[in-house]
Amino acid sequence: MNEKKLIVSKIANGTVIDHIPAGKALKVLKILGITGEEGYRVALVMNVASDRLGRKDIVKVEDRFLSKEEVDRIALIAPTATINIIRDYKVVEKREVELPDVIEGIVKCINPNCVTNQPREHVKPRFKVLSKKPVKLECHYCGEVMGEGEIAP
Amino acid sequence: MRGRDVICILDFKRSELERLFRIASTRFEGDELRGKVVALAFFEPSTRTRLSFETAVLRLGGGYIGFSSAEGTSIQKGESFSDTIRMLDAYADAIVVRHRIEGAAKLAAELAEAPVINAGDGSKRHPTQAMIDLYTVWREKGSVDGLTYGVLGDLRYGRAARSFILSLTLFNPKRVYLIAPKGLEPKQELLERLKLDYELTDLSVLPELDVLYVTRIQKERFPDPAEYERVKGSYKVDLKLLEDAKGGLMILHPLPRVDEIDPEVDRTEHAFYFKQAANGVPVRMALLQEVIG
Repeated sequence: MNEKKLIVSKIANGTVIDHIPAGKALKVLKILGITGEEGYRVALVMNVASDRLGRKDIVKVEDRFLSKEEVDRIALIAPTATINIIRDYKVVEKREVELPDVIEGIVKCINPNCVTNQPREHVKPRFKVLSKKPVKLECHYCGEVMGEGEIAP
Repeated sequence: MRGRDVICILDFKRSELERLFRIASTRFEGDELRGKVVALAFFEPSTRTRLSFETAVLRLGGGYIGFSSAEGTSIQKGESFSDTIRMLDAYADAIVVRHRIEGAAKLAAELAEAPVINAGDGSKRHPTQAMIDLYTVWREKGSVDGLTYGVLGDLRYGRAARSFILSLTLFNPKRVYLIAPKGLEPKQELLERLKLDYELTDLSVLPELDVLYVTRIQKERFPDPAEYERVKGSYKVDLKLLEDAKGGLMILHPLPRVDEIDPEVDRTEHAFYFKQAANGVPVRMALLQEVIG
């Protein structure tokens, strides 16, 4: 974070998700299942200046760390995001999100006639990542191809 | 191909298909499937595909079990497709599946140890039909390569047309013309997969064609019945149209036809669709022999 003045204070332990495309921070919170009622201390910064992106959003969550599945889901809607793990006010790990080659269980197929959308069958959706930028997914079962605007993690 | 699942035509290499064609064009002993049981799980209606699979199994000396619609099975009691497949897997040496749900065959292949053959799922895949279509061209013309193809009809919801178009990408056709009424053009996703010389056009290209593949409008797959009413009967192959055709033009149709080919065309040298339907038996015999024989 290179802002001349921090809008919110540093966190002691937790996760900072930086370089979220402007306007997507609420979606990131939704992916993490954070509604505010869980009691985490959360800071949300939207549409601030960024050298890399022009404008960006930032999410800071105290005492919360992300699972691999959560990182994959964030990668789908915020492919530019960086994840900073904070311990004792220091960044102990910094990594960029990256879509894996195969995505399982986190996105629904947009084809209503796909076997993964039949509740009786209990099939976990699975997609091959055809392209990471822009994101393009192919359903492992029905072969439907979904572009960025059609993916809802 | 022993033990292999047959889900999508693109799972195959050209050399594997040509091997299949050579087997299909030779004589069978009649005992290749002796002692083998094939499950024919047809969750959706079918005439040619089911009967030609049945014939293929019987002509190879095997036996079959199965059903020709979900009616009368435990699916109606609420049993899942997955459980039905697990049961058939325990009974049979191979499972042939037709279903209106897309991806059903792929799921069956993951659940079953026995090889699964997709006999058509939803509006996307129908690999054995594509094998028969290609075989008919190969048999009559000596090769699939170097020919000019026209694919006419419902290129949006028709799985046979879609599978045939995709199967041509495994060969080297001279040119492929895609001819569809407005609203039934192929989806962008299909066009993006076509690594060949193709063009979306109309029937004015008929004089150039070596093969004209005609399909029916898929009434049952239209999300909106009014949309079907709008496009039905929008193209027809008749004697008048064929006045401009090349001498050796082959007309193919996966059948059933409704009114898109005039019955008068049946008597012309161009009509190959009944031969194509007949080829369903030797091609499926070759496939079954390769997979479980």
